[in-house]
Amino acid sequence: MKDFGFTITKDRQIDYDQHDHRLLQFVLENEPSFQACISCGGCTATCSAGNLIDFNIRKLNMLLRRGETEGLEKEINKCMLCGKCMLVCPRGINTRNVILKIKEAIQKFR
Amino acid sequence: MTKKVAIIGGGIAGMEAASVLSRMDIEVLLIEKRQQLGGHVGEWDHLFPNFRPASEITRSLLNALQNNNIKICANTVVTGIARKAGLFEVKTNQNQNFKVDGILLATGFDLFDAHKKEEYGYGIYENVITSADLEKKLKGGNVLTTASGCVPKRIAMIHCVGSRDEKAGYFHCSRVCCITAVKQAIEIRQKLPNVEIFCFYMDLRMYGKGFEEIYREAQEKWGIQFVRGRLSEAGENIDGGLQIKSEDTLSGRPLKMIVDMIVLMVGMVPAESTSQMAKMLGIHLSGDGFIAHDDVHFGSNITNVPGIFTAGTITSPMTISDTIADARSAALKICEYIA
Amino acid sequence: MAYHHFVLPFSIGMAALFAILMVKFTIWIVKLESVDKRLIRKNLFSVKTLDAMGEVFMESLLHRKIFRKNPMLGYMHMSLAFGWFLLILFGNFQAQFYTRTMLHPPYFPIFFNFFVTTSEEYLFKASFEFLMDLFLLIVLTGLFIAISKRFYSRIVGLKKTTKLKFFDKLALTSLWFIFPLRLLAESFTSGLYNNGDFLTGSLGSFFARHLMVEKLALPAWWGYSLALGFFFVALPYSRYMHIPAEVLLIFLRKYGVRTRREFTSYSDIEVRSCSRCGICIDACQINNALGINNIQSVYFLRSIRERSVGDEKLFTCMLCGRCENICPVGIQLSDLRMTQRNKNGVQNTSTYDFLVPPKYKVADVLYFAGCMTHLTPAIKKSMLKIFDIAGVNYYFMDSDKEACCGRPLIQSGHYENAAKLMEYNKKLIRQSKAKVLVTSCPICYKTFKEDYKLNIHVMHHTEYILKLVEVGILLLEKGDSKVVYHDPCELGRGLGIYEEPRILLNKVARLLHPDEERENAFCCGGSLGSFNLSTQQRNIIRDDALAKLMKPNPDKLITACPLCKKTFSKGTKVQVLDIAELVAASVIVPEAKKALDMQKHETVLVE
Repeated sequence: MKDFGFTITKDRQIDYDQHDHRLLQFVLENEPSFQACISCGGCTATCSAGNLIDFNIRKLNMLLRRGETEGLEKEINKCMLCGKCMLVCPRGINTRNVILKIKEAIQKFR
Repeated sequence: MTKKVAIIGGGIAGMEAASVLSRMDIEVLLIEKRQQLGGHVGEWDHLFPNFRPASEITRSLLNALQNNNIKICANTVVTGIARKAGLFEVKTNQNQNFKVDGILLATGFDLFDAHKKEEYGYGIYENVITSADLEKKLKGGNVLTTASGCVPKRIAMIHCVGSRDEKAGYFHCSRVCCITAVKQAIEIRQKLPNVEIFCFYMDLRMYGKGFEEIYREAQEKWGIQFVRGRLSEAGENIDGGLQIKSEDTLSGRPLKMIVDMIVLMVGMVPAESTSQMAKMLGIHLSGDGFIAHDDVHFGSNITNVPGIFTAGTITSPMTISDTIADARSAALKICEYIA
Repeated sequence: MAYHHFVLPFSIGMAALFAILMVKFTIWIVKLESVDKRLIRKNLFSVKTLDAMGEVFMESLLHRKIFRKNPMLGYMHMSLAFGWFLLILFGNFQAQFYTRTMLHPPYFPIFFNFFVTTSEEYLFKASFEFLMDLFLLIVLTGLFIAISKRFYSRIVGLKKTTKLKFFDKLALTSLWFIFPLRLLAESFTSGLYNNGDFLTGSLGSFFARHLMVEKLALPAWWGYSLALGFFFVALPYSRYMHIPAEVLLIFLRKYGVRTRREFTSYSDIEVRSCSRCGICIDACQINNALGINNIQSVYFLRSIRERSVGDEKLFTCMLCGRCENICPVGIQLSDLRMTQRNKNGVQNTSTYDFLVPPKYKVADVLYFAGCMTHLTPAIKKSMLKIFDIAGVNYYFMDSDKEACCGRPLIQSGHYENAAKLMEYNKKLIRQSKAKVLVTSCPICYKTFKEDYKLNIHVMHHTEYILKLVEVGILLLEKGDSKVVYHDPCELGRGLGIYEEPRILLNKVARLLHPDEERENAFCCGGSLGSFNLSTQQRNIIRDDALAKLMKPNPDKLITACPLCKKTFSKGTKVQVLDIAELVAASVIVPEAKKALDMQKHETVLVE
């Protein structure tokens, strides 16, 4: 079967109990503001990288909160850390630190 | 001896409270900083959920003020309040000096200053207006046009401007903007049947009586489209068109769109005078900058200072129905206090 | 030959110190990057060496910079360092004049008064005796302040003083004892032989009257020698290592060596050069506004030495550069912090292969607004208006599909990732054949100027607009609004652009001055340098800075950075504008001048 990559919605359930939540725990412990997301999509709308390529930081974070980490590394590498998302976030989430922590967690738990 | 109450603020909360108190044989001083009574409602065209003219509300409230117990002080600003022998001494900029038994604060709210959300382009791009600007245009009765005089083909209504936004400094939900957007969208469509309208929202909060019904009417009858996504920024094309960026979060894709006009649904924020007043009187504010009640359930209208009461949006954003109810309950609390 | 067993602790300590220092210095120099070594070889025999010596004198001995910041603290450091230096220098002269030879054991001048007790005459005897007492007195006053500072740091105007480790304590205690013991030893001996000058002489005769000085003298000399010995042995492992390290640092800096992205041997020397004076703590807004006082540079450098750099120390800092600006040793604190943020492995493997250069346009001037400027459209619009009025042939490089400049990645330590973005942007810049690159964002400006190594003019819009005004292409009308200018960190402390905005503002408004401006300006709190400050914390920093900026009561607050503008505008009712907006609103365009302007244009570009 062709691998459509991470951003294509897979035709299956989120098997929450089977997922490895260490990555999420690590991010939440180190950047608690991550919890406050209401999925408004402001970050994705303003994203410099998302303006150029299929890169949805909101969805990525949402999937991470559900324990879905497949393909995360490849996706998160698209971020340029420019900080626009941080400026528009209505919930005051430290989005850049979330990215740093996700990258750190990937290295840690790979 | 007749008891006397000063009501500061002549919007709908102050007016309703004044008429109720006057009917209970209490003398009322209604102090309003502007020439006209009626506050923000006085500047509105039609009201949700039944599209009734706002002037009906102000007119009927004004009629109820025709009572000998009520003295209206327009163009008057309170400069000082002091407590003397169980009474309050209220000083004004007109060099008046009133002695009253109780005070009702009904100074309302301010509209969020949309300039603060610079990325939305208010004050920078001509075709970005606020919900209040739109209401003025509707009230003026002229055909809605863009700055260059054309009939708009597509309009975006942006919810939560200055509400639920930590970056703007306001966490709270303003409660009325979602339904106002729906109301205004329908009104625009009634006047301009060919215009496309998109509402950009984070959550739709149709909690009041009749709200859900007109939301549904907006979809079914008027074809208004709803996009779940927060606007991140707006830019201007060479031809004056506005490009907006948002994410269509339900399809998970960034969304770009050219529109002819953007309407920012500005939120209700604490009035500048609220914090000054609170400081002068020693009244507690809650974290959102509105006046606090010590008891969330039983404490409405009561402040931490005995003898000083609140009515209306000085404590939180409210619809007109809620404001009227709040004003009546404030009148009751004052009566109990001075009796 | 003059000798006594008590000189042993001093002599051994001294020898150990020199040996350890030799080893340390050698290792440092050997480990330097080869580019840095080349710089040394190139500049060793040049006027730069003399220059460095001068600076060593001014900074390591006189502590001029500390003086300027805080006279009391400056006097403390100067009296200890320079006073001691004079004691050694004149002690050696004294010994030479006495022995009439250069050859005497190293301990001889140190314990001169023990060995030379006869009233034998030598050249300038009286002057030497007076001077040696005077210098000792100066050192003792400095020591008095230093000891008081340990207990009451407010005496020297510092809110917080640094915390100590074991070797620091050993060295500090020895240091405290050295000079009081010297005073006692010399006084006892003077009392015994009835000599000495105003200090040791009078104290000596006082002691002789009340104490058994003949029994006390030798133990005091032993104590003095021991204190010196301990101090010398502890020195290389204590904070006092900063003294020799700073000397080396000054020389290397004069030769052109600088902190790099990676932690090099030079960085190590910098880390060791920190005198732990604590001035950086007082300069830090995270301390002043938030009360967080364990992440400041002095503690950060210590955590590097102890290999215990944690996220909090590393990523809370806003890289505003206030501590670096005030650091008396001149350590590149922001760059040093970034060396520790350096990420490796999978965290740094972005390809950014989605960046495909768009169809480029040839233009004279490139405009790079910067990511943040897209969220402050008023700045963008004003700049485009200025370009249009001035008739500039420009290309808006990042009008739609923009790549970031790379600076935020550098600040987070993703250097390899940053390099890829820089390569992409460089290609675009080269293709445009532009002669000038104008940017609205000081963050971009800093990296375009310092990291891109472009061979065209890179300007912040403040500089560019001023240039247009100076050659007469832009005519400005002076308004009567009162404005205060806020220096953005990266533009001011980062690149030294202080004059241009002020000249411009004086042309269009009445410029008022807050207490802290230019290099002392505050950070707005919005900095991209910090990664883990919360919005609430940032707001507190912002409000604190705003309160100070607004003291002159301006009508408008002017800045030159989209991020500062965005941050400040949420915190005040006063209008916050970028300098480009104010200028764009003050431009007059007489139609007749237009043709002439076109000609003048060439001159700006050719320049």
